[in-house]
Amino acid sequence: MLDINPGLMIWTTVTFVLLLLVLGKVAWKPLVQALQDREKSIGDALDKAEQARKESERLLAENKSAMAAANDETSRILKEGRDLAEQMKHEIVVKAHTQAKAEMERAKEEIQREKESALSEMRGEIASMAIAAAEKLLDEALDTPKQKKMIDKVLQQFPKN
Amino acid sequence: MIVESHVVTDTLHAAADSLAHGADTLAVHAGAEHEGNLFTELLHHTQDSPELHLPFLGAIELPHLQLFGIDVSITKHVVFMLLSAVVLVVALTYAARQNAKRKVPTGFGNLIEIFIVFIRDEIVLPNMGKGGLKYLSYLLTTFFFILAMNLFGLIPYGASATGNVSVTAALAIIAFVMIQVSAIREQGVGHYFAHLTGGVHWGLWIIMIPIEVLGLFTKPFALCIRLFANMTGGHIVIVALIGLIFVFKTLWVAPVSVGFVLAINFLELFVSFLQAYIFTMLTSLFMGLGMVSEHADEKHAH
Repeated sequence: MLDINPGLMIWTTVTFVLLLLVLGKVAWKPLVQALQDREKSIGDALDKAEQARKESERLLAENKSAMAAANDETSRILKEGRDLAEQMKHEIVVKAHTQAKAEMERAKEEIQREKESALSEMRGEIASMAIAAAEKLLDEALDTPKQKKMIDKVLQQFPKN
Repeated sequence: MIVESHVVTDTLHAAADSLAHGADTLAVHAGAEHEGNLFTELLHHTQDSPELHLPFLGAIELPHLQLFGIDVSITKHVVFMLLSAVVLVVALTYAARQNAKRKVPTGFGNLIEIFIVFIRDEIVLPNMGKGGLKYLSYLLTTFFFILAMNLFGLIPYGASATGNVSVTAALAIIAFVMIQVSAIREQGVGHYFAHLTGGVHWGLWIIMIPIEVLGLFTKPFALCIRLFANMTGGHIVIVALIGLIFVFKTLWVAPVSVGFVLAINFLELFVSFLQAYIFTMLTSLFMGLGMVSEHADEKHAH
């Protein structure tokens, strides 16, 4: 059983060497090549996925910061608007107040003026009526300047209002 | 390993001694006085023979060849070795075609690729490093060739050529050549011979050099005997279990024997893979030792 058979050894060696050459060409080379190619493509794909993930994360962060900036901007604009409106309201109110005051002033003045003119008219009227009455009473016409002076004197004695 | 081989040879001698009476006739009778013949006959099946037994056709005489005075007859083991090689070429070409066609390997191509990846990533790279990938072809061929030959022994009417010491010896010689070639290629001739001194004081060289030279030969010798003994061992156990039926001369032993034989067959299936793996792994390891010792020397000596 432990006898060495040189013929069989030659057969084994020849078969092995031929098998090595043939398999190396038809099997190992394409199989190992396919394996390496696949490993490389898987590695590349993983790298790419990692890159894409990083990129998307970066974009997300960018979006978030842009969003926050936009939010800030919005609230700033709103605040500005509110402030402006507040200010305008205040201005309008103040303006209305002054206007109203001025209006009132003017009205008062008008009233005063009207009153004065009415009073002076009334004085003229009263004087004329007094003269007419006096004329009738005296039945004689006094010379006009004298009359007037007299009447004015009387009138002066009336209270102003 | 040498212990293993002793066990096997001792067993074989014992079997042969006790059963050899009247072994000149191969006629198989279930008679008491022919027990020995029967065992010899059964054992004979595990050994090489100049004829091939085929189902329904019986024994076929294989051609006798002579080359430069050496008997290179085609024997049973030669037939199964060549058959293994042909099956390998066909199957692996098919696998390669299949894998080239698809982006994701499936089925048989995937199965073959699992072995290739295992040998590359678990055997070659850890033992030999990146430089070992040059020898991947050799190691893959070794693994698949041994595996195919081992598996042929499990098929009815088949025989494992690896159960023949001449075949394993030739494989071990190839491994020996590959170990030396890879060591010389990686280290250079100078370092290779320097390594044989073991890096000790020159006064010890007279002891060291024979030991190192012997070490070069014991490694492949162990490879040869281990594979042969493991593959033969399983067959011997099966022969012995089948033989029990004839020894006890009753059919009632048959279920037990067949059950055990079935279990041993499964074990042999496992051992077929295991031994192909071990042969490949140890060859790779020995090659790796020779290849990296240069760096070890550099660390120590320079």
